[in-house]
Amino acid sequence: MKVELEADKCVASGQCVVAAMQVFDQDDDGIAILLEEQVGPGLVDDVREAVAVCPAAAIRLVEQ
Amino acid sequence: MNRIVVVGASAAGLAAVETLRREGHTGTVTLVGDEPYLPYDRPPLSKQLLAAEREADRLQLRPAGDIAALDLDLRLGVAATGLDLTGRAVRLADGSELPYDGLILATGVRPRRLPGEGAHVLRTLNDALTLRERLAPGRHLVVVGAGFLGAEAAAVAWRLGARVTVLEPAAVPLAHAVGAEVGRVLSQAHRDRGVDLRCGVTVTEVTEDGVRLSDGEVVEADEVLVAIGSLPNTDWLADSGLTVGDGVVCDAYLAAAQGVYAVGDVARWYNPLFGTSMRIEHRTNAAEQGMAAARNLLAPEGRKPFAPVPYFWSDQYDMKIQAYGFLRGHEEVAVVEGDLDERRFLAAYRTGDRVSGALAVGMPPRAIRRWRQTIAAGAAWEEAVPAAA
Repeated sequence: MKVELEADKCVASGQCVVAAMQVFDQDDDGIAILLEEQVGPGLVDDVREAVAVCPAAAIRLVEQ
Repeated sequence: MNRIVVVGASAAGLAAVETLRREGHTGTVTLVGDEPYLPYDRPPLSKQLLAAEREADRLQLRPAGDIAALDLDLRLGVAATGLDLTGRAVRLADGSELPYDGLILATGVRPRRLPGEGAHVLRTLNDALTLRERLAPGRHLVVVGAGFLGAEAAAVAWRLGARVTVLEPAAVPLAHAVGAEVGRVLSQAHRDRGVDLRCGVTVTEVTEDGVRLSDGEVVEADEVLVAIGSLPNTDWLADSGLTVGDGVVCDAYLAAAQGVYAVGDVARWYNPLFGTSMRIEHRTNAAEQGMAAARNLLAPEGRKPFAPVPYFWSDQYDMKIQAYGFLRGHEEVAVVEGDLDERRFLAAYRTGDRVSGALAVGMPPRAIRRWRQTIAAGAAWEEAVPAAA
């Protein structure tokens, strides 16, 4: 599945990193960075958690 | 369990209905919202939306297609007016009744108001758009209340060129939330920009010309924003048999009664991590709680206590304030990194012998994230903050 991040909506909360460390990081200003655009079954649940807790609704998980 | 009703269509209600579907619930899911809009995000209302940096269509929490895919029975623009706990049905303002097997309450809060007409509040999209239309260079905005919401709105209005006065009853803004020292440092940001922050003044009413203070003085204003906190939306539950007391009272599993859960700003639950009951009005808590309650409702035999480390942030002027934990009632604050006066610091909070919270301003993101673990682990103050011990 594909992860989409709208970085201009990001509020630098870092909640995505807490939920899915292997997929997200933060830059020096705290803005989210996507480490993996394609995620396999092992990481999908973590990314779903990140989508749900992101306080800016800046992340989407898209079926392909 | 076939029919699940979720009352409240904001962040917590949305998280609940999404989780119900993700966890495999195939029965009816009804989502009731008193505003006529699909779920939208509230934090930008006092930030990017008020500043006209972002428009309303970008506040939608999910694209319409994602909402449609949840196959909901959507009831928007209609408030819930009553709950029959024994008959298991929710009554709506349009006269309809929704029978349920499971119920999740996410009705949020409403702003506290002052006597008198004509003041703004800031809770809904319509509130924010109305205030935004009235902010312009040179106009005088009086903000009543220097809490997080009032401070954010004051900062935006100042940036738009308005003349801003902030009236705060406490001697130090936010002292009850973040401590007097940190509160003083944060509120200095107003004064540095020429915002007139007046502390220790009580506003008694809104008048035609502005607001009246308890000593009789009238502070004139073109616009008044009242930001003095909120009240949980529990009036409709008054005769329901649920326990209501500054929110819907829930156990550690977020249950208010059998098959009935409460989430988001309206829920007061026992957080076992901090050993106390709390009601949290923060964006991330709403989502986490919505998910947790949905899971507990669907699988009561495997239910889990809801024991999060709360998180909030606030954007004021050039400051980003971030905090983890439960700071209320703290007994000690220690600056563990940076410098208070430079408004670039990380402060740790002690309650009892434990680290109960951490708050950062202007620090790199990893600096504060590390403290989330410390708080979640219930770390001893003496070990985590050795310099203070």
